[in-house]
Amino acid sequence: MEAEIINELKGLVNRNAALTRRGKWVNLSFIFGIGDDDYLINVAKGKIVEVRKRTLPTECGEFSIRATKNTWQEHWQHMPKRDYHDIWSMLPKKLITLDGNLIPLIQNLQFFKDLIASLREEQT
Amino acid sequence: MPLFEPIIGQYFTMDVNGQSYRIYVEESGSGIPLVCLHTAGSDARQYRHLLCDETITKNFRVIAFDMPWHGKSNPPPGFRSKEYKLTTNLYKDIVMAFCHSYDLINPVIMGCSMGGRLTLHLALEQANYFRSVIALEGADKLEPYYDLSWLHRPDIHGGEVCAAFVSAQVAPQSPDEYRWETLWHYMQGGPGVFKGDLYFYWHDGDFDDRSPKIDTKQCPVYLLSGEYDSSCTPERTMETAGRISGAKATIMSGMGHFPMSENPELFKSYIYPVLEEILDM
Repeated sequence: MEAEIINELKGLVNRNAALTRRGKWVNLSFIFGIGDDDYLINVAKGKIVEVRKRTLPTECGEFSIRATKNTWQEHWQHMPKRDYHDIWSMLPKKLITLDGNLIPLIQNLQFFKDLIASLREEQT
Repeated sequence: MPLFEPIIGQYFTMDVNGQSYRIYVEESGSGIPLVCLHTAGSDARQYRHLLCDETITKNFRVIAFDMPWHGKSNPPPGFRSKEYKLTTNLYKDIVMAFCHSYDLINPVIMGCSMGGRLTLHLALEQANYFRSVIALEGADKLEPYYDLSWLHRPDIHGGEVCAAFVSAQVAPQSPDEYRWETLWHYMQGGPGVFKGDLYFYWHDGDFDDRSPKIDTKQCPVYLLSGEYDSSCTPERTMETAGRISGAKATIMSGMGHFPMSENPELFKSYIYPVLEEILDM
């Protein structure tokens, strides 16, 4: 499931001009964890260059954002339940784990929040 | 002539503990004074929808002021030589000085978030003065969940980070226009002000040991919190209500931490019955 979803991320982000404008100073790779699987997401000037599954322990990002598969599924609902609606609302409930150098994450927090939420279901 | 809103904005200077503060205040309506306290890191613009609501202003004189360091109220002279840190005592003293400057008689006081917490302190200590208190998103005890130092450091834009932190506190159902207006207020806060406010909200203002002493027969207490509030959660609100005998608590479905500004129409459906009850007292 997650491989299909994560493959959509690049297109969804790069087609969103407002989002890429917000992230125009972002040039880094970060790890996005879904359950036991880590994905490396490389961003340049606010656009996603590459999303790929992490296969080697030496492949590191600047920071990592990890949660369970269920947490991300709830986050990506069109109208998510409380606590799951924003990565910062996941913090007090310990639904998410942040590691690494958090400075670039927090410098560009709304960008990264919106990037991840790009996978949210549209209203049908 | 433009179609002016009914809000009148004015400045005045008041003394608090020997320090002068130039205050900006907005008001509208007539009747029972309803003093409104904004959230940490924001300002009284959060109340503009209530100030323009005739259903409220026909019976209440709605008064919303910017706390010192916030909005169009100045920090005090000499502010640059010390770090801003809002303490419980300073916050109480500022609010009481404001009410006495206005010669208000038995006002209702409504506050949101840190303002909500303060109204609980006032319900205990100023029960004879306030007609009733309304704590929006105001629990008597909270747990910090991030490091406040992120909010004020030179390598992170203060306005952007404050808005990005609190955007989690807006319900996903709230209209996008009002979500971003609410966040805009945070983007405009002074350096370190949100951090200084959270000293009261997260560290100095805990009140759960004294909230059971509140006499709601003398000063009725209303607690209203949003379903999507991540700090003053519905659970913490109900725990607070459980400690204050006679307090009336409501969880606002589909609402976040900023009811009066993030979804004013939905908020009115929750606040009208409270204000009607106060009118009938």
